[in-house]
Amino acid sequence: MTQLTLAPVRRRISAIAWVRENLFSSPFNTVLTLAALYLIWLVVPALLDWAVFRATFTGLDRKACLGADQGACWPFITHNLGQFIYGHYPEEERWRVNTTFVLGIAGLVPLMIPRVPWKRLNALYMLGFFPLAAFVLLSGGRSGLSPVDTAYWGGFMLTLVVAVTGIVLSLPLGIVLALGRRSRLPLIRLFSVIYIEFWRGVPLVTVLFMASVMLPLFLPQGVTFDKLLRCLIGVTLFSAAYMAEVVRGGLQAIPRGQQEAASALGLGYWQSMWFIVIPQALRHVIPGIVNTFIGLFKDTTLVLVVGLFDLFGMVQFQLSDARWSTPQTPTTGYAFVAFVFWVCCFGMSRYSMSIEKRLKQGGSK
Amino acid sequence: MVMKEQKASRPVTLGWSNPKFRGIVYQLLMVLCLGAIIWVMAGTAIENLHRLGIASGFGFLNQPAGFSIIMSLVPYSEQSTYGDAFIVGLLNTLLVAVIGVFFALIIGFTVGIARLSGNWLVARLAAIYVETLRNIPLLLQLFFWYIGVLRAMPKPAASLEPLPGFFLNNRGIVLPHPYEADGFWWFAGAIVLALLIGAGLRVLAHRRQKETGQIFSWIKISLLVLVILPLISFVLRGAPLHFEFGVLSGLNFKGGLRLIPEFVALTLGLATYTAAFIAEIVRSGIESVDRGQREAAQALGLTRSQTLRHVIVPQSMRVIVPPLTSQILNLMKNSSLAVAIGYPDLVSVFAGTVLNQTGQAVEVIVITMAVYLLLSFIASGFMGWFNSRYAIVER
Repeated sequence: MTQLTLAPVRRRISAIAWVRENLFSSPFNTVLTLAALYLIWLVVPALLDWAVFRATFTGLDRKACLGADQGACWPFITHNLGQFIYGHYPEEERWRVNTTFVLGIAGLVPLMIPRVPWKRLNALYMLGFFPLAAFVLLSGGRSGLSPVDTAYWGGFMLTLVVAVTGIVLSLPLGIVLALGRRSRLPLIRLFSVIYIEFWRGVPLVTVLFMASVMLPLFLPQGVTFDKLLRCLIGVTLFSAAYMAEVVRGGLQAIPRGQQEAASALGLGYWQSMWFIVIPQALRHVIPGIVNTFIGLFKDTTLVLVVGLFDLFGMVQFQLSDARWSTPQTPTTGYAFVAFVFWVCCFGMSRYSMSIEKRLKQGGSK
Repeated sequence: MVMKEQKASRPVTLGWSNPKFRGIVYQLLMVLCLGAIIWVMAGTAIENLHRLGIASGFGFLNQPAGFSIIMSLVPYSEQSTYGDAFIVGLLNTLLVAVIGVFFALIIGFTVGIARLSGNWLVARLAAIYVETLRNIPLLLQLFFWYIGVLRAMPKPAASLEPLPGFFLNNRGIVLPHPYEADGFWWFAGAIVLALLIGAGLRVLAHRRQKETGQIFSWIKISLLVLVILPLISFVLRGAPLHFEFGVLSGLNFKGGLRLIPEFVALTLGLATYTAAFIAEIVRSGIESVDRGQREAAQALGLTRSQTLRHVIVPQSMRVIVPPLTSQILNLMKNSSLAVAIGYPDLVSVFAGTVLNQTGQAVEVIVITMAVYLLLSFIASGFMGWFNSRYAIVER
């Protein structure tokens, strides 16, 4: 039997046929389409009207946004943008934040593009050098930099500090816990399971409360942690549990043979983990790590409840400013924060999906 | 026998080269370290509590609270104890969680199925819903609903009335309050009877189909019974419920079922946010059923609804339920964000107000966390039970 291999026929359909097939194929479908169109007609013009046509774009204070049929009050954003990004960080020291940001991007971009080599070195830079450099640059007090108290940190910068610190610190902790959960030593396994299930069972808000009111009680007199550090400890302990579950998924995906081969070659437990199993497992769980990061990134807004001012907290704080108090200011502020978060989270989730696809296709590296 | 010999031939050493010995040493070290840390921390905590003059123990639960709570399902006043405040907070958390889950499931399943719709426009809209809501922090959405929508409503005097008896204003939502009337028990009895008849018909129909192969559409008849029986009770005995409508008196409404804006905003925010995640779970669950299954069902002559009921849904449920449980759990944990908009849930009342008044941070935080842990364990217990019941039976 001869088999003809033909390329699949590309159906060419006219626009009208497409519309008929996709939108009006049955009475029920037609009703759905009409309902959807009605919904769009209801939302989109109103949204555009509010955000663009009836909005104010320039102005120096609330007077610009007190029109009778006022839409969004964008000058509130442009006027306070510095605060939204840097919080109360001293204006003449903002270059330090910018430098940190550039250093971070310089390490992150090559790490995210699968084709770029030296991943291990790059990861060491991101997990070792960068946090140190960021710490010195941001808090100062060393090498000629004036100290900046963390009480002045805020805005988008604080959002990034909390989210990035949480992820960077929770990754090693999570790896250790994941290994512990798979350990054959019963006490270590028990401890890991209890740790993971405990933190996964409680809401982050209670963790933050705990870190802010309970943690100080456990410190000797005279030792004080500032609010940010307490919050970072809480966030790290919390996300380590989620990270451990993500890493465990990756460890389970590595065939036993890998570890057995490593043992056969004479590698000990830690050697075989460090050189053979963990590198492969981590590659599998990049999407999981990115998704955990997205979750943590969104959750940083909760630091508001313990009195830290991240991007959202800063906007919320500025809303109480009488110079900008108009009926439209809150909605404008929320729309701005929503947009920033949406762009970041959507971008990251697309990245995680593309990596996932690559892994499924068995792409190299 | 052979094994015994091998075992004996291996010298038992207590040296570092014996993995068993090493394992015991590692575990001992860990226990010692943990014990030392706990010992030191507990010691410091006791010393600090003593120095700050903070009482310890759970006696504070019986002391009068002295603060009021804006919403309570059980009788509560300023004379009530901290323990009562705890109950109020816990019930408020559970109330939001149950109602939130109910709406989240409805919206989530609808959107998830809509994402798979053959209608291009509907599928796009559902995708936009999911991508918008799950990429914006929940806290922000809660503030949007609370301040941007509910607080921005007109004053009570100028309430919106989308349906007769339903009022929207900046003090919340007023609904007709249902009370049971004379016909209530007759009506309820009629519904129960109809359900029993339906169940009986189902059994009979299945038996007949097994014996003769004839299909008896019990669903249609049961539905008919479910409509007719309560209708008869309604005609003979009158309405089962009568409603008390809210009436504007002075600055606010009196009577009716009044929902505070904090409650509405929290429920709405939690339900719509969680629904976006549920929609994705539902979609991937349905997509996980192989195309061939649907085609095979068609080839066997099953109708569309039969295919759905007997082939697609049972298989996709297996994929859907475990992540769905964790989303429901997430909703419950996320209800703790209530503290930001001032809804009196467990965290807000207990870990907030009670903690501030008593200063007994350790006890309060421990109780709060224990409640959430307990709820989590119940849910994961259910998940384990479901998995063992519906997991694929390998033959």
